[in-house]
This record gives sequence, C-alpha cells and structure tokens, in this order.
Amino acid sequence: MSRPAIRAAGLGKQYRIGERQPYKSLRESIMRALSGGSRRRSRGARELIWALRDVSFAVDAGEVVGIIGRNGAGKSTLLKILSRITEPTEGRAELFGRVGSLLDVGTGFHPELTGRENIFLNGAILGMRRAEIESKFDEIVAFAEVEKFIDTPVKHYSSGMYLRLAFAVAAHLEPEILLVDEVLAVGDVEFQKKCLGKMGEVARGGRTVLFVSHNLPAVRSLCSRGIVLAQGRVAFDGPAGDAVEAYLSRLADTAGGEDGTLRFVRRAAPSATAADSGFAVERVEVLDESGAVRRTLCTGDYACFRITFHSPEAVEKGGVELGIHTLDGVRLIQYSTRPVSDFELSFAPGQNVVECELPRFPLAAGSYVLAVALTRPGMEWLFVDDHFGVLDVLGRAIEAGGVAVTASRCLLVTEHRWRLPGPPPPQGR
Amino acid sequence: MVSHDASLPQPAPALVIGAGGRRPRLRLHEIWEYRELLYFFVWRDVKVRYKQTVLGAAWAVLQPAMSAVVFTVFFGRLAGVPSDGVPYPLFAYAGLVVWTFFAQGVSQAGNSLIGSANLITKVYFPRMVVPAASVLSGLVDLAVATPVLVLLMIGYGVRPGLAMLMVPAVLVLALATAIGVALWLSALTVEYRDVRYVVPFVVQLWLFVTPVIYPASQVRPLLASHGLPAWLLGLNPMAGVVEGFRWAVLGTPTAPWPLLAASALFAAAILTSGAYYFRAVERSFADVV
Repeated sequence: MSRPAIRAAGLGKQYRIGERQPYKSLRESIMRALSGGSRRRSRGARELIWALRDVSFAVDAGEVVGIIGRNGAGKSTLLKILSRITEPTEGRAELFGRVGSLLDVGTGFHPELTGRENIFLNGAILGMRRAEIESKFDEIVAFAEVEKFIDTPVKHYSSGMYLRLAFAVAAHLEPEILLVDEVLAVGDVEFQKKCLGKMGEVARGGRTVLFVSHNLPAVRSLCSRGIVLAQGRVAFDGPAGDAVEAYLSRLADTAGGEDGTLRFVRRAAPSATAADSGFAVERVEVLDESGAVRRTLCTGDYACFRITFHSPEAVEKGGVELGIHTLDGVRLIQYSTRPVSDFELSFAPGQNVVECELPRFPLAAGSYVLAVALTRPGMEWLFVDDHFGVLDVLGRAIEAGGVAVTASRCLLVTEHRWRLPGPPPPQGR
Repeated sequence: MVSHDASLPQPAPALVIGAGGRRPRLRLHEIWEYRELLYFFVWRDVKVRYKQTVLGAAWAVLQPAMSAVVFTVFFGRLAGVPSDGVPYPLFAYAGLVVWTFFAQGVSQAGNSLIGSANLITKVYFPRMVVPAASVLSGLVDLAVATPVLVLLMIGYGVRPGLAMLMVPAVLVLALATAIGVALWLSALTVEYRDVRYVVPFVVQLWLFVTPVIYPASQVRPLLASHGLPAWLLGLNPMAGVVEGFRWAVLGTPTAPWPLLAASALFAAAILTSGAYYFRAVERSFADVV
C-alpha cells in the first residue's frame, strides 16, 4: 500500500530580475512613499519571471525521484521551496514526514573551528539532535577518513578532506524525506562513488529521496522515477530511464541554428542565481577552415569551436572549458585554456569570444553532449553547464576502407597507418 | 490488495508549504524546537570570537573597563558629574557592563543575517535564531566582566542590599530590549542595506540618551520643569536597565520602580513589534539576502 510523502499542487515562484540590487535602498523607499507609491506599478511586470510555474506531482513514501533539467529550468527553485528556504508565490505542497535538505555540502562550516566542532555545528544546522550526532560521531569521522585531524581547525584541511567531512555529516542525516541538490558533483571520483553508494543505501532504506542532478547515469541507476523540468514546468514525469531519454531528446532539439547551421544557444532563461553572478556562456558554434559556421560535423573534419560568453567584470587568468561527453555522461574530451593548455586568457567585461581548434575531429558518428564552463584560478566555477547542447556527429570514412565508424562500434577515430613489419634488419656486423 | 481507496483515513501532512497569507504568525513553538541550533550558534559565536582575538576573553573586561577609566577622568573628575553617592569609577563600570552587553549584541545582530547569507539560502530554520544568538552570546562576555565589578565593589567597600534579588529581573529586561532591537535592526538591514551604516551611529547616540555616564536623578528635574513625569525616561528601556542594574547591584538610593515598569512596558512593545516585523519580512530573506 502506498503512503504519500510529497504532494505538490500548482507550485509557482516568481522572481524579479534585472534589478541590479534585489534589496531596496532606504532612499528609494522613502521617495516611493512620498510620491504615493505609483512607481512600483509602472516598472513591475516586465522584470518578473516565473522560475517555476504550475508544478504538480505526488511522490509516494520510499520513492527515489530524480529531477533533471537544464540550468535555470527551476530544479533548484523547486528544492528551495520544498525545503522551506523560500516561499512559493502560488500553489501549495504537503510533506508527510521529517524533511532534511542538502542543497550544499558544508553549510555553516566555520574555518576556525575544529573538525569535531564543525560536525556538531553542521549537524545541528542540518536538523540533527545533539544526541543523534553524538551517537553517529564515530561513524561520521570514519566515513570522512579524517580521524587524525579531527581536532584540527578545518581551515588547515585540504579541500578534499573538507569535502569528505562535509559530506559525511550530511550523509548521516536520517530524515524521512531527503532533498538533495547536486552534492555529488564534488570531490574526486573515488569519493563520488562512495557518495553514490551512500545514496543508494538511503534509497534502499525505504526513505523518500528527491534528487536533483546533472549526473544522468546516477539518476538512471539510483532513481525509480524521473521528472524533467523545462522552463519552470514539468516536461516529463515517468520512469527514470524514460525521463533521461526525454531530457536528452529535448536537448537534441536545441542543436542547429535556425538556418540549419551547427550552433548551440543557451535557450532557457537564466535562473535567478545565474543572473546574479552574471557569468554565462551564450553560444557555441562550430566553424570550418574558412571561418564559416558548419552545417554538419563529420568524423575527421577540421573543427573550430567558437565559444561566446558574457562576463560581468574583468577576470584575470580566466579559464574556459569545453567538454564532450557521451549521452551516458562519460567524459570523453575535456579541453581547457588552463590549466591543461596554459593558454593565457583574460575576460573583459561584456562579451568575450574564444576559439578552440581541432585539426581532425576525433569522435565517431553519433550523438554527444556538449559541456561548457568558465573558471577562475583556484578551481572556482563561474559558470557550469554540463548539458549545453547535443552535438550530432555524422559518419565519414576517413580511412581507405570506406567504412564510417559509428559510436556503436567505438567512440574514437584517429589517424593511423597499418603496415607489415619491414624486412628484419641485417644481422651481423 | 484493495486496501488503498479514498475511504481510508489519509494521514495529515507533517508540513504544509504555501504562499504565505497577509498576516504573519509568530510560531514561537518553532523557536523552541530549534533551541539546540540556537545553543550551537551561541556556542560558535563565543568560541570563534575568543579564538580569533589575541586577548580573547580579556576583551570582555577591557572594553567596559577602558571606557570606565575615560569616563571617570572626563566626566567624573573634569566635568564633575554626580554619581548617586557611589564612587564614580564603580558607577560608570556598573553601567557600562550592561550597556556594553546591549550595544555589542545589537551591533552584531544587525549584520548577523547578512553574515549568515550562505546558511539562509541553503537551509531552513527559524531565522530569528540568528540575531537572537548574536545577543545571547553577549551574556558570556557579561559573565566574564562581572568578577571585575565584584572586585571593584569590594575595593570601594560597597555592599549590595536586598535589591540584589532584582538583578535577574533587570537582566531579563536587558535581554528583552536587546533582542527586540536586534530583531528590528537585523530584518531592516536585509531589506535596506543602508541600515548597517546607521547602526553604529544610532548605538552611539543611544549611549548618550541613556543614563550611563550620568545618573537618571540628573534628568528628573529637567523633565519636572516641563511638567513631565519621571517615568517618561523609560521610553528608552535601556534607561530602566542601566538605572535598575545600578540600583540592584550598588544599592544606589534611586528606587526606580516607575522607571522600571515603564521600561518593561516599552521593551515588551519593541520585542513584540520586532518579532512581528521580522516574521513579516522573513519569508523573502532567502531571495533578497
């Protein structure tokens, strides 16, 4: 028999965007009051966007639901509403049970406090009782593998240790309904696996999980059901595998400019958070040798990826990353101006353009996901979109046999020569 | 199984989220539920403050002590401000101990919400816990500064009387006033960023309108000459706190009952209105902070 865990009906959230500062200045308010409050009405409407609109769904207890969608599709807004961080503008949601939300790892960690102190502080912030933290303390420390440094202030921790400790506390939260946002996107691969394992455990433990992720294979393997959000609305709700397919096919729609050229444009309205930081990749185009935008891209073609992005401020030593992943999320290629190529690049305020040249495009025919990111030294992400668009590569025989290699055979196609070993080198002196 | 049908009693949701109504509700029980978090915030504030500063806990004594020295020289000696029959240094230090608790708590609480922006946008908890913790952590400083007050009293041979029993009540009044003002200022600072520049200035002016440097007995004739009752000074609840604290601890012969009553009334008004204002604007904190 199924028991409800979450029931959302017509949830909507409206944000005011475009204002330089979201908060009011005292002077403005006083002026407005003096002028009879008429100004508010005259500006208003155009600056309002719906980050989430008319979202309804029901989740039964024990279900693990993945929420997928592009940046700005409203995933985070939905989690923020369900975790009561922000109020919906309309609609209502009912939650049946104790709710725990993990929208970030290490929330409230204080660098001056020791690992031990931070476990208690962070645990309390996440809603654990002190007795509960005490009983799980050893387990948390063991999970984080920081036994030796537990009484050292966390400001002396390496970033890996810091993340492990932060996740360990979060992982031991035991609410009936768990809301998780992207926390698995951190740490090294080993640790990510451990986190995924823990998530799986939570899921099998019969608790309800709502899991926002860009990690499509994780959604497919952990979740029983997937909800695709697009532009603030539910675009698909069904079995996880189908949801991932639906999401990818929606992404594929964005490939191709209006004139049939190979061009990817960031289509969704920027989310409130992205609008705040202002860093955004606007478009990626694939050019040929002459600099014209390609209509098609074949294996072995010359390809120049032109990335156009917006920076709200000057950034010295900014980094641009271009990645190509399989539909399953396997990272095949990662090009970065730095640190890999050590290409000096500074962002100017406003629009910037940078190009990345591939003399011979190495991927076999098939569909791939294009990922882009903007960074700053010290591994700070200014902008990340792991699903910027779907890149369709057409097959072409680059070798004499005339067979076009497709992704079903293998993914990489590089130039090569076959030969028979030459006559053995003459023996003797 | 045919068990799942509409006739079964549906469990009531543990939590209902909806667009908030017009009228804010205080939901004080929620603060009680989150009392452990409040405790941890206070604990963090105290720990970090004492870890980061070289002098640590000594600051809690030095601040009122240094001010008391300066006040004694300039107001006690040079200006000849009277002190209700108590030695001026003791008079000033006693007043400054409670005043510092209030001023520090209010100043820190003003910026507390903005300082916790990363928490507020990531986790839910009753936001009132943040400014309340800022004020409460000042109680530790107050406790640290108290032994010096006792030493001064022994040194000057001042014995407390039965009024001593009123100290807890006066401290509760101080706490209520500080939390009330802290709620107003912290919420206003989120809404209007200019407020944070106004707070230090307001606190400074507030010191002068509060009988810290001078006794309330000096102001009474002024009020009386305009035909105003003496309790009117209690419009500023800190007047009742400082005057009441000195009366309770040092046994100054002021018997400030009307003043205390008026202060308690206005402190309650500030606290209640602050709590309602805070609740009313709290719902948009995460979007604005």
